[in-house]
Amino acid sequence: VRVFLKKQKVLKSFFTLRTAGSVNVLDCSLPQYNCRLDTPLPDVPFVRELTNQQRALKEKEKGDWRSLTKEEKLALYRLTHQFSYAEMRQGSSEWKTVLGGVFIMLGFSGLLLWWQRVYVYGPVPRTLTPDWTEKQTQRMIDMRVNPVHGFSAHWDYDRKQWK
Amino acid sequence: MSLAKPAMRGLLGKRLRFHLPIAFTLSLVAAAAFKFTVTEPRKQAYADFYKQYDAVKEFNAMKEAGIFESVRPSGE
Repeated sequence: VRVFLKKQKVLKSFFTLRTAGSVNVLDCSLPQYNCRLDTPLPDVPFVRELTNQQRALKEKEKGDWRSLTKEEKLALYRLTHQFSYAEMRQGSSEWKTVLGGVFIMLGFSGLLLWWQRVYVYGPVPRTLTPDWTEKQTQRMIDMRVNPVHGFSAHWDYDRKQWK
Repeated sequence: MSLAKPAMRGLLGKRLRFHLPIAFTLSLVAAAAFKFTVTEPRKQAYADFYKQYDAVKEFNAMKEAGIFESVRPSGE
């Protein structure tokens, strides 16, 4: 319930209403509230329209702050700020959803590509057929390709087989 | 509430004094590790290969296999 009420508060103070044909338009020429770790002081307070009770609290704020109770101080904080630093910093579990969605789409794409490979593509070029690649490998061995560390280093020339 | 005044100056210097020696040491270690695990064994492998290398024998074997165009195997 607390989350729902917070969301309503967010929506209420998010839009400065300009009733031009009863359309909720965000006026970007006016200062906006921001909740950012790197910008400590927002341009406007979070709650703009104060109830009578909140207005009375604001009047009390003009006096000695030592007379404010802890709940009143917290209420004043919540009037001017939407989230505390701890609440701003807390993450969410959204990354799990995102990662799961990404994997699902990758898997589905993989299935599509597999079907494509079987039913759409024609035969491979002749240079990739087994017959050609066998002759190619034999020629590479005969030429002593990379005899120190690489290709021909793995071929045993005396026994004529791979090491 | 009286918190200690946070450090206002010398932040970059402090960070550099901490991180630069570590960075230089790790770079040198990485270079040394690469030298002694990759380049030195590779140089040794090439030296060993060419110590016992008979070029004429290898050429004749390649010729018999038929890969050259200028000199064909002895059979043809």
